[in-house]
Amino acid sequence: MNVHAAPEEARDDATGTILSVNNIEVIYDHVILVLKGVSLTVPKGGIVALLGANGAGKTTTLKAVSNLLGAERGEVTKGKILFKGNEVQALSPNELVKRGCIQVMEGRHCFGHLSIEENLLTGAYTRKDGQSAIKSDLEMVYEYFPRLRERRQSQAGYTSGGEQQMCAIGRALMSRPTMILLDEPSMGLAPQLVEEIFEIVRKLNQNEGVSFLLAEQNTNVALKYATYGYILESGRIVLDGDAKTLRENEDVKEFYLGTGGEGRRSFRNVKHYKRRKRWLA
Amino acid sequence: MLYDVLIDPFVQMFALPDFFLQVLWEGFVSGVLYALIALGFVLIYKSSRIFNFAQGIMVVFSALTLVGLHSMGVPAIAAVPLTLLVMYLLAMSIERVVLRPLVNQPDIILFMATIGITLFLIGFGQLVFGGDNKVMITEQLGIPTGAFELEPFGGFVLIEQKDLTAVTLAILLVVGLLVFLNKTKMGRAIRALGDDHQAALSVGISLSTIWVLVWFIAGVIALVTGVVWGARAGVSFALEVIAYKALPVLMLGGLESVSGAIVGGIAIGILEKIFEIYWGQPFLGGNTETWFPFIFALLVLLFRPQGLFGERIIERI
Repeated sequence: MNVHAAPEEARDDATGTILSVNNIEVIYDHVILVLKGVSLTVPKGGIVALLGANGAGKTTTLKAVSNLLGAERGEVTKGKILFKGNEVQALSPNELVKRGCIQVMEGRHCFGHLSIEENLLTGAYTRKDGQSAIKSDLEMVYEYFPRLRERRQSQAGYTSGGEQQMCAIGRALMSRPTMILLDEPSMGLAPQLVEEIFEIVRKLNQNEGVSFLLAEQNTNVALKYATYGYILESGRIVLDGDAKTLRENEDVKEFYLGTGGEGRRSFRNVKHYKRRKRWLA
Repeated sequence: MLYDVLIDPFVQMFALPDFFLQVLWEGFVSGVLYALIALGFVLIYKSSRIFNFAQGIMVVFSALTLVGLHSMGVPAIAAVPLTLLVMYLLAMSIERVVLRPLVNQPDIILFMATIGITLFLIGFGQLVFGGDNKVMITEQLGIPTGAFELEPFGGFVLIEQKDLTAVTLAILLVVGLLVFLNKTKMGRAIRALGDDHQAALSVGISLSTIWVLVWFIAGVIALVTGVVWGARAGVSFALEVIAYKALPVLMLGGLESVSGAIVGGIAIGILEKIFEIYWGQPFLGGNTETWFPFIFALLVLLFRPQGLFGERIIERI
């Protein structure tokens, strides 16, 4: 495990890496610097967690990859993003989805007035491989999410939060992605439902070979299912490592898992990034 | 006096049912046309949150192009597809030149841009086809001009074939549009875009494709409206004014509801006619059709700000 001050060199491995983000800087509205040099890699078939508090830059990182930043007046001003070995930061979201990289946005974002089934079908918008292939994928999504089959005719806006999250993931699956950028799937869901969703993520990862980059505040669950984790703090990656190592790391325990630490400790002894987190612990 | 205003008109409606039917029919025909124009507004609003001020002038422009092409010697049968092509090119250039550079700007800026489009189309139309009034090429397009006489209740009702064609065309267009919106991939994408812009982007729906499509559909609607309205009233820039009749329709129907536009349009058409004949002419000196719909819409807004059929905002608690 290493704690870096300077961004790490890209570990560019053409065969083992599906996504690599190299030292990107993101600016909103030409003035607000949100990401100050973020680098990370996602191995093919891996589940990588991107952790951090509110406003750390998790969502921005995901949106920089999927290129939804443009719609919010943000832009990547420095660095490179490679997906399957090709630079993608100039591509439209539409083109990225065609290449197999799709984002599931924070807060679900289902199409409220469309039925669940119609929602799922919009996920197949970019596909050109015909109705029967789409039909069979719809069946596959219903296999993974039996609840969606029950509610297929309901307007998505009237379904529960968990169902909407499933709908959003199912919709992304309909595009036949090789990589899903999953933003805060646990938001506003009951703990049991969170486990259920993450179990499905694991299944999708194992059975369909989909790689995941997931942004989470729920460090506990995320590190349980992910293989590798990065911790973001004010637009920089401050810590990264195997999920297991991170789980056992004293600092992570104290500041993100809320379990470590024996009694109160002095502020003087903690490093900068820890001090900034102290009040959250 | 109170009797004259409150009771007598209804007595008359029952006393002369055939005349009442005639009034209803006339109102229905103009109502269908209002509905068509409102539909153009609704489609564009739904998919891009732009209130398209240019919808009215697009009606004039498309009718003018059709008539102009014909007067340049293009046979009617070829002029229609050519006009459609012109409307498609128009949609494409609007997307390219106006919408794309202004994406993510506040709504009001896009609204102003559509006023710009309006002014441009007025100038461009006059430059190319001249500003004088023209006659719609009704016969050349094969629209019948005769009339049927029906004899219900022992009286008689006159139904012009022109109007019948207008209604038929409008119904076909609306049904086609509803099928398109609900059953096809592109239609679904348009509705998805109306629901959630960001999410639509995230699943790979391309904004420019949808915008060109939607503006083109609005152009087709404008052409149909232009042809049938032109057949009744001639083709001139004054035609633009009828597009403003779509505003009370939109208030009544809600800006995002297709069915609202249809029902609202027909309701406004019929109500304004009935008010004009039974109240306007006897008591107010006539010509109430110009203002009645607006007052009516205002009253509706006082009680239902989202319009009669505005999409219910789905709120989960």
